[in-house]
Amino acid sequence: MSTIPSVVAINTFREAVRDRVLYNLIFFALMMISASILVGGISIGIERLVIINLGLSAISIFGLIMAIFIGVGLVSKEIEKRTLYTLLSKPVRRWEFLVGKFGGLLLTLTVNTALMTLGLAAALFYVSRNFLRADVSILVAVYFILLELALVTALALFFSCFSSPMLSTLFTLAIYVAGIFSKDIRDIGILTQNPAMQAAARAIYYVLPNFHNFNAITAAAHGESIPVSLIWQNTAYTAFYVAVVLIGASAVFSGRNLK
Amino acid sequence: MGTPAIEIEGLTKDYAVGFWRKRMRRSLDHLTLQVQEGEAFGFLGPNGAGKTTTLKLLMNLIFPTAGTARVRGRSIDDVRMHREIGYLPEQPYFYDYLTARELLDYYARLFGYPAVERRQRVTRFLEHVGLADAGDVQLRKFSKGMLQRVGIAQAIIHDPQVVFLDEPMSGLDPVGRREVRNIILDLKSQGRTVFFSTHILSDAEMLCDRVAVLLGGKLQGVGAPGEIVSMEVYGMEIFFEMRVGSSLPAALAPHATRIGERYRVEVQEEQLYSALEQLRNCEARILSVTPLRPTLEDYFMKLVARDKTASHPTGGSAR
Repeated sequence: MSTIPSVVAINTFREAVRDRVLYNLIFFALMMISASILVGGISIGIERLVIINLGLSAISIFGLIMAIFIGVGLVSKEIEKRTLYTLLSKPVRRWEFLVGKFGGLLLTLTVNTALMTLGLAAALFYVSRNFLRADVSILVAVYFILLELALVTALALFFSCFSSPMLSTLFTLAIYVAGIFSKDIRDIGILTQNPAMQAAARAIYYVLPNFHNFNAITAAAHGESIPVSLIWQNTAYTAFYVAVVLIGASAVFSGRNLK
Repeated sequence: MGTPAIEIEGLTKDYAVGFWRKRMRRSLDHLTLQVQEGEAFGFLGPNGAGKTTTLKLLMNLIFPTAGTARVRGRSIDDVRMHREIGYLPEQPYFYDYLTARELLDYYARLFGYPAVERRQRVTRFLEHVGLADAGDVQLRKFSKGMLQRVGIAQAIIHDPQVVFLDEPMSGLDPVGRREVRNIILDLKSQGRTVFFSTHILSDAEMLCDRVAVLLGGKLQGVGAPGEIVSMEVYGMEIFFEMRVGSSLPAALAPHATRIGERYRVEVQEEQLYSALEQLRNCEARILSVTPLRPTLEDYFMKLVARDKTASHPTGGSAR
């Protein structure tokens, strides 16, 4: 087993840790979570629901911003600054570089998400002075956010293998938004009662990442339990989709001339 | 003849240029050459000659349109080849959030060295390139010369047998150039093959066993600097000072150039003694007499002029 992806991943993580922009984002996210205490204070009886809802949304949105904006620059920045030339002159295969970059950003996102989750837990404890058994759903919702971020990172990395950071951002955002509504796209196809449209809508549904199943924020806020089968299903789906996207990215990047 | 360290056969690279109507532009045209083990090999040519393209092809950063290349018997698309080579890109840029020590440690990790060996290597190579005191400084605070040296250190951190350097002296001040030159000489004395591209011809003349000259993507010649250009003396250069109040000998006056208090005159080899005699007669003080030989630079300029003439045979505008 090659250790090179882990070496590249650690360096990517180190780069993110030393980037001050990231701290600003974490600061903003923690501010958002703290602000939820204020909002919760004026929402008598539903403080917990408001705090969990706002807190998880902040974790998701700020995670998404990081995944897209750092993700699209993972490859292009290395090409633009020519740091990739030195790296690829070492015994490093291009797919190892990509997997390492993906792993490094995922590690960064995991650490940031963990920090923000701690902030959310602190806010919850401040309001209710205890944790409920149902709060386990919050951790599951956070896990789903992480899975979603892994998918978005893989997509951003894929696009950055052949397009500019600006276009990669647009493509990733477009796929993300379309992925949220992928089920609706399929349903619209069914409503048309046109076999060609139905087939096209079904194809789009299967090709696009299905983000619909990753949203457990409302369930967590209401203290509802999340089925274990959904956890397995989302995990397997993410692993499969990320693997396919990374294989695609490697195929594109391996044939690219680094002018 | 020893074992070739680098074998290049018919290496060709075409690039698509233009936005709407793409057309192919040949950047490297059937390059064939061999570099022997232990040689310091200079790859010469003006900007845009195809030097960097060749190095990028050898590093597998871009892919050839035609042709093959092998380094120490391994094809350039074999990742194991990269264990045997080191590479310094042109105007290198490194992760500036790292210190020199961290950067070298990162590259050493890619070769799978254990922690203790990595530490030893990093210290050794920082010392080797004269950066022992700057190891813990972030690279964003490094000067260009220091970056070039850390670039060389990363290229040799794994003791490669073949080292490729792309314009290693470019943009450096005289001190930086001398330091890099000494590092190259050091690598050569250790028996490594050094392949470096440059357009600074004096460096190539000073360092290289052999040179190749590239122009417009085509190889113009390969050989020892002395073989590439004829080493025959084509004239003599005399520097002298005149006594106060005396005038230049009439025969030399039209050819002499005044530089401050000194004069310079260039004469044919067979006219040397007669010129010296004339200078002695008017009590001039001879400062130096130097035989003039064509330099690599003259050869280079001749090739460039020939290439321009070939591109515009009528001498008119390209339009």
